[in-house]
Amino acid sequence: MQGKTGKFLKSTEFYLLMVIVGLSAILAVATENFFTLENLFDVLVSYSFLGIMAVGLLVVLISGGIDISFTATATVAQYVMATFIIRHGGGWGVAFLIPIAIGITLGSLNAVLVYNLRVHSIIITIATLNVFYGGLIFVTKGKWIYNFPDWFANGFSLFDFSEADGTLYSLSLPIIVLLAVLAITALLLNRTSVGRQIYAMGGNMDAARRMGFNLFRIHLFVYSYMGMLAGTASVVQAQLVQTVAPNAIVGRELDVVAAVVLGGASLAGGAGTLLGTVLGVTLIAVMQNGLTLMGVSSYWHKVVIGLVILVSVSITAYNRKLEERRHAQIDV
Amino acid sequence: MMTSDSFLELRNISKRFHGIQALKAVDFGLLPGEVHCIVGENGSGKSTLIKIISGVYTAEPGGEIVIDGVPQPSITPAGSMKLGIQVIYQDHSLFPNLSVAENIAIRHHIGPGHSLVNWKGLRNKAQKTMSKIGVSFDPDRLVENLSIADRQIVAICRAIATDAKLVIMDEPTASLTRQEVDALFAVVRDLQERKISTLFVSHRLSEVMEIAERVTVLRDGMKVGTYEAKEMDDQKLAYLMTGQEVCYPSLTDDSIDGKVVLQVENLSKKGNYRDISFVLHAGEILGITGLLGSGRTELALSLFGMNPADSGQIIVEGAPVKLKSNQDAISKGIGYLPDDRLTLGLVMDQPVSSNIILTILEELLDTWKLINEEKRRTFIARGIADLSIKVSDPEVPVNTLSGGNQQRVVLAKWLATKPKVLLLDSPTVGVDIAAKVEIYDIISRHASQGIGIILISDEVPEVFYSCHRILLMRKGRIVAEYLPRETSEKELSQKINAG
Repeated sequence: MQGKTGKFLKSTEFYLLMVIVGLSAILAVATENFFTLENLFDVLVSYSFLGIMAVGLLVVLISGGIDISFTATATVAQYVMATFIIRHGGGWGVAFLIPIAIGITLGSLNAVLVYNLRVHSIIITIATLNVFYGGLIFVTKGKWIYNFPDWFANGFSLFDFSEADGTLYSLSLPIIVLLAVLAITALLLNRTSVGRQIYAMGGNMDAARRMGFNLFRIHLFVYSYMGMLAGTASVVQAQLVQTVAPNAIVGRELDVVAAVVLGGASLAGGAGTLLGTVLGVTLIAVMQNGLTLMGVSSYWHKVVIGLVILVSVSITAYNRKLEERRHAQIDV
Repeated sequence: MMTSDSFLELRNISKRFHGIQALKAVDFGLLPGEVHCIVGENGSGKSTLIKIISGVYTAEPGGEIVIDGVPQPSITPAGSMKLGIQVIYQDHSLFPNLSVAENIAIRHHIGPGHSLVNWKGLRNKAQKTMSKIGVSFDPDRLVENLSIADRQIVAICRAIATDAKLVIMDEPTASLTRQEVDALFAVVRDLQERKISTLFVSHRLSEVMEIAERVTVLRDGMKVGTYEAKEMDDQKLAYLMTGQEVCYPSLTDDSIDGKVVLQVENLSKKGNYRDISFVLHAGEILGITGLLGSGRTELALSLFGMNPADSGQIIVEGAPVKLKSNQDAISKGIGYLPDDRLTLGLVMDQPVSSNIILTILEELLDTWKLINEEKRRTFIARGIADLSIKVSDPEVPVNTLSGGNQQRVVLAKWLATKPKVLLLDSPTVGVDIAAKVEIYDIISRHASQGIGIILISDEVPEVFYSCHRILLMRKGRIVAEYLPRETSEKELSQKINAG
């Protein structure tokens, strides 16, 4: 049995890290701006929204389910929040509380449906995606929202510091929220009983039932957590782009699924790490950013991302095959 | 036979499902530290009895359950665990994606009543439990990377991590090699010393009889009796289980003509088997036996093209063939009945009819390349009649049939291809004794029509009574050849288990 380092060297996370390092090295040489603090902060800020949702989806995938509806959840949450703070005012507390409450409610609805109907979660959440999103468009007629109050438009930040040339950097709202979400989820998955129950249920649902775990409560937790993070991400996104467009987020769900699966989470449940998810999102972010900086047409972005996912998933599958072959030969 | 210091006493236990009497007035007693085995055919009530003990089912009024001297009017699954009863299911119910330590100590650190995980305590608990029965696995290793046998030991550790007083094992030896069975039995003896009772439920009589002190036989929901294991042997148990003498069909050599249908020369595959050479005649039933892991199944898969050999030759009816896939093998007239009919042999949710014609769809096509309904129907009717499959309607799904009938459907499917060579891997696994005999009969009937049959099995009586010749494999090689009339069942059994 090799040590922890040995295990890490063989993991999906390690491959991803190598790909990211390699890609970054190429981009650092090929483009002028990639390896600047300014660009890295930009990337971090603009992808934190995707990252937060990816973390939520990771938890659902580990539990053995999948959620496609979270982009619609985020859109609904965002719209209600924006309407409320524009009409009635409020502060950051309200700006986060409303979408989180909506996220938890819609997530619980998913959980109740998935658990009771015993239909695969992908079908249930495709259905609820349409219901949530269609309902919102019907009620709002698809109107965009712009005029946020100043406090919201300005956002907030911590630890401001400036470089010699006067550029200002800070830990702004998206970064703070992302870090908080990562910390809380790390604690949840690795240190709490409910987190380990989520892994256990994803690994073997029947065994979890026989063990006396309350599977309904685990479902409820998992889908609500996804909803909560979708709601949280929606605030970050609204603050970043300063508008709420009902069609801005819906459609991104497959990017998020791709990032999480790229990070080693299994669609069959039971497997996946937070580090992997962070790296999966990072890879997609670095790629898109690099292609933009190199002036490649945005249509090519999709092609390249698709190819990278294919290659990376193939490498993982090929390695697993080699590993299995090695195990199979010990017998005789 | 029951004494007041029994750990478990069941009296007058009955259970009925939808009008079917699954158990009828069964008494059962278990002493602390005893190793007891429950045997019976499918449908005899073994699993119902286990489920009543573990609280999954409730017995009908009038029955009594006494555990540790305390009458238990009603037991729930959780309640039964609290009383120290742990069931290890056939699938082990482990979490493959979690570590050994987490699996073993899961009840202590995860689940209801715990909020944070104490990793250090969890590891300690797991280490302590493992050392209790003298095993040591890397606690951080994932269970999915363990062998089936090791997983079973982890499942036992999890069972005794709580204060277990009775460990029930459902078919524990079904997929273990001989060495692994020995290791399991060593653990069971350890449990015995710690006054933990073990209750086996098993089909594989010979192995379990080695370790059991007493054996209880069930038949048709009734208890036939409880016996000292020392006084029992396979034959007696089989008689008690079925209520009839098992009579194997007598085999004649008449059907064998000199024609060689299959010849294998120096076939080798690294890590699987080495230097395999033999011939198979038309009309002959050739037994290949050996322990699990001896390479017998790997060899069969190679002959069916699914595990291509590295070197050597396979010759079918005088012509050398290259078998790179199962399509190659089928086109050369080779059929294969896998040992795991549930996952490999049958489409379980589909009707009997569709399963039977699966291998010969091409033959049923009309000029428009569509399936001819007329041909289809006659073909299915012939298959069902030929193998006397007991089914009310060919359109019922296969998974509603008994094990014996399912196996006949698989046989019908392969016989439909009119094979020259038919490989049968453990054709009677999970089939009742009476149904087994009928399957042997079908096999010998088809052999006499000129098919060369290879019967792979580790059940000694199976190869002994239904094969013309027997090859013994050990560690990937053929080590001996026997003719049943020149050896005895007992001698053969010793040879298989030696080394």
